[in-house]
Amino acid sequence: MTGRILMTIAHRAAILAYIVFALFPLFWLLKVSVTPNDLLYSEGVRLWPSHTTFEHYRFVIENSAFPTFFKNSLIVACSTSVAVTVLSSLAGYALSRFRFRGKYAIVALMLITQMFPLVMLVAPIFKMLSPLGLTNSLTGLVIVYTAFNVPFATFLMQSFFDGIPKDLEEAAMIDGASRFIAFRQIILPLTLPGIAATLGFVFTAAWSELLFALMLISGNTSATFPVGLLTFVSKFSVDFGQMMAAGVMALIPACLFFLLIQRYLVQGLTAGAVKG
Amino acid sequence: MASIALSRVGKSFGTHSVLSEVDLDIKDGEFVVLVGPSGCGKSTLLRMIAGLEDITSGTLTIDGQRVNDLKPKDRDIAMVFQSYALYPHMNVADNMSYSLRLRRRSKEVIAAAVSAASGKLGLDPYLERRPKALSGGQRQRVAMGRAIVRKPKAFLFDEPLSNLDARLREQMRAEIKRLHAELGATSVYVTHDQIEAMTLASRIVAMNAGSVQQIGAPLDLYDRPANLFVAGFIGSPGMNFLEGRCEQGPENSTVVLSRGYRLPLSVRIPAADGETVTLGIRPEHVTVAPDGQIDAAVELVEPTGLGIILHLIVHGESFKLFTTDRALLQPQATLRINLPKERLHVFDQSGNRLAVM
Amino acid sequence: MSHPEAVRSGAARKPAMRRFADAAEPWFYAAPVLTLIVAVMLVPLLLGLSYAFRDIQLLNPFSGAFIGLEHFKTLARDDAFYRALKNTLWWTGASVFLQFALGLVLALLLDKPFPGRGLAQALVFLPWAVPTFLAGLNWAWLFNPVIGPLPHWMAALGILSAPDNILADPHLAMWGPIIANVWWGIPFFAITLLAALQAIPRDIYEAAAIDGAGPLQRFLSITLPFLAPTIAITILLRTVWIANFADLIIVMTNGGPADRTQIVASYIFTQAFRRLDFGYASAIALVLLVLLLAYSMLIVVIRQRLIEKD
Ligand SMILES: Nc1ncnc2c1ncn2[C@@H]1O[C@H](COP(=O)(O)OP(=O)(O)O)[C@@H](O)[C@H]1O
Ligand SMILES: [Mg+2]
Repeated sequence: MTGRILMTIAHRAAILAYIVFALFPLFWLLKVSVTPNDLLYSEGVRLWPSHTTFEHYRFVIENSAFPTFFKNSLIVACSTSVAVTVLSSLAGYALSRFRFRGKYAIVALMLITQMFPLVMLVAPIFKMLSPLGLTNSLTGLVIVYTAFNVPFATFLMQSFFDGIPKDLEEAAMIDGASRFIAFRQIILPLTLPGIAATLGFVFTAAWSELLFALMLISGNTSATFPVGLLTFVSKFSVDFGQMMAAGVMALIPACLFFLLIQRYLVQGLTAGAVKG
Repeated sequence: MASIALSRVGKSFGTHSVLSEVDLDIKDGEFVVLVGPSGCGKSTLLRMIAGLEDITSGTLTIDGQRVNDLKPKDRDIAMVFQSYALYPHMNVADNMSYSLRLRRRSKEVIAAAVSAASGKLGLDPYLERRPKALSGGQRQRVAMGRAIVRKPKAFLFDEPLSNLDARLREQMRAEIKRLHAELGATSVYVTHDQIEAMTLASRIVAMNAGSVQQIGAPLDLYDRPANLFVAGFIGSPGMNFLEGRCEQGPENSTVVLSRGYRLPLSVRIPAADGETVTLGIRPEHVTVAPDGQIDAAVELVEPTGLGIILHLIVHGESFKLFTTDRALLQPQATLRINLPKERLHVFDQSGNRLAVM
Repeated sequence: MSHPEAVRSGAARKPAMRRFADAAEPWFYAAPVLTLIVAVMLVPLLLGLSYAFRDIQLLNPFSGAFIGLEHFKTLARDDAFYRALKNTLWWTGASVFLQFALGLVLALLLDKPFPGRGLAQALVFLPWAVPTFLAGLNWAWLFNPVIGPLPHWMAALGILSAPDNILADPHLAMWGPIIANVWWGIPFFAITLLAALQAIPRDIYEAAAIDGAGPLQRFLSITLPFLAPTIAITILLRTVWIANFADLIIVMTNGGPADRTQIVASYIFTQAFRRLDFGYASAIALVLLVLLLAYSMLIVVIRQRLIEKD
């Protein structure tokens, strides 16, 4: 009996330790971002400053291009996640429902794309996009991010489709639907958790991408949040409060999205795992 | 309503052949039941009629029109799935009206069709519910309702009752029969349950290992099974088989069982003198008599309420007897039994029926 | 309407149009994705491979000539590359091991129902949503004695002799990105393993418990064998991914101090973006790709052997 209680306590304590480890860095970011400059050094390791301020946030919003970065990132992340979700649900459906020659070649191709250093693609992509006028443009970024995220998203969507009985679209086809209508009206609505998971996953990835954004974008007008933050950091590298305020703002959309979808993520991977 | 004809229809998945040379003519308004052990290809055959599987060889016609290459949606047939395949995100009314909405029927037509079907099936109180909130029997009704609202050329059923408990299954079986009498629609019904087949069918197609074994009215299959497979499959408990040797006489043949019992038949069977044959008799046709011809050891007694199933050992082989005589419930070690000759079936070595008795 | 020809010949062959439409149907669904992958990943990959044999310098308009194996000869003599290779091993090995071990424990903890599990799960998985560059910056700040608490705490615990920035210490610097990477990557392992755990049928545990197996035996004889395929594939994919993953290092240390945290991936980045020598960068990337493919093959072969032995 006491053994069981001790186990329970140990279990909860371990969970708590993980939560603290996961959240502490984010908490610190938040703390420094609301600490007034004059307290920053005098109260260096205190867990919460004796008084707080939103001055840093105001400064960042007013005196930098952050609103632009924010808007750019939002455009890129939303467009990418919508594009990836549409494309990967089509491809995931094909992988889930059809047997056809070339299917394994497609799977192999998509696995290989997960293998090689993406850094390797930077130069060729730059050289390919620049005559098309797609460097230094958000459209170019969206295209590149869509391609990068589509393989994983396709596998994710496939595992969701695999969890939906074939009977349903067969019933719909007998009811008089073409396969595509059955896909759109019967199968897709049942995959909403999968779609949510894919949207969230891709949104977070596109929101965070740094390498290609750095390489393909120059100048402030089309810079995304990561690029903007990094230039900001190298320019104002002593003003920690402002940097962290900017960091917190970069964090919010990604975290919100993630919190919304994270339970579907486990669910979707479970569906895939059941299948083997 | 429509007739369906299959001519030398075959199916293989890759190199694995699952159906060969199926010939079947289904007349308008007929209720045909495909029955056979699981894995014998019944569902595959049904799905080929529906258009869900490609036809590897042969021809399928509906109302005289070759439909091999028609998509399911263009064949105008309805199907009830074993899993019901109800659309989980639609309520009962929407499930039933989906096919009509796809055909862009007017709102009034749809409403009338849905309410007619739901009235017939007693679904009126549930029209607004999602499938998740229904019991198994109600879901089954919705699946049926979805099929009947459109008045299709034919109904296909793939083991529609096998997910129900025994009582509901019986009830729905009767209901399907009633609906068929009322609508008179051509129906093809797949089941592995021979009782369902016997009770529902106007004609039964008995299948085994991808080929048709016998086609006929239920009682035909019961009375005159074409081969050992059908004899063993139709009827419960299943037919008893005993090996013997045929002895031809001037008027009739006699089967000599291994221990020397001689069973004279009422006719001459077309078999060579001395040929090995298999004798079959249904458990319900075996009689018990103090002066019976054959000794049997009693192994087990199973009362079913309606009657009693006795598990016997005859010549070292298991043998079943069904009787309604409760006196036989008394424990006893041995019995004497008779095999009435007008109830005997005789099969040759390759399993085909030899005599018409 | 009947099709007399078809009926008369008795052939079940479909009309050509229909056969073509049937064969094309899956491609209709897969085509957009395939086009995109081929255009934006495969073609650039092949181009990138060709750069490895050319003299490509972004700012030099006269570059572009084929130079054969010149880059590889340079590479063979490049000490910085060998150091980066050694660092990559260290970085990848430590990160994967810690992420996996901690991720597995977390998944096991979360697999048990308890009040507030949904919330706890959302919170512990949160680091995964943090953009990697921000995770890097965040940890760099935490290690910075001016602004972060970690050096002070570590000094107080006696781990450090003085509250200095470990990112500036050549002997300790690699731990900075590794810790950030572990923090960021635990959720990935935990989510994947949790999904696999939840797919194990519960009645197997019950049967084992009835058969008298204790918790440890149940873990060893049911949980681990069930998880093994997921573990193998996840570790394989993650190893490759982390070996290629340079963001954290670039943001936190930029390969420094004294190249002590330079891994191959960040070295490629340095060559490409700081020195704009794309030819050389591609040559290094090609070598890395070959090494990673060899590693993956090795794992797949070993796994196959193990499966066949059973
Ligand atoms: N898509 C398929 N691919 C390969 N074999 C199949 C497929 N569908 C069914 N089969 C095989 O065809 C045979 C008949 O299956 P089925 O028609 O479902 O049998 P039944 O409905 O009589 O139980 C089985 O041996 C089954 O394994
Ligand atoms: Mg079946």
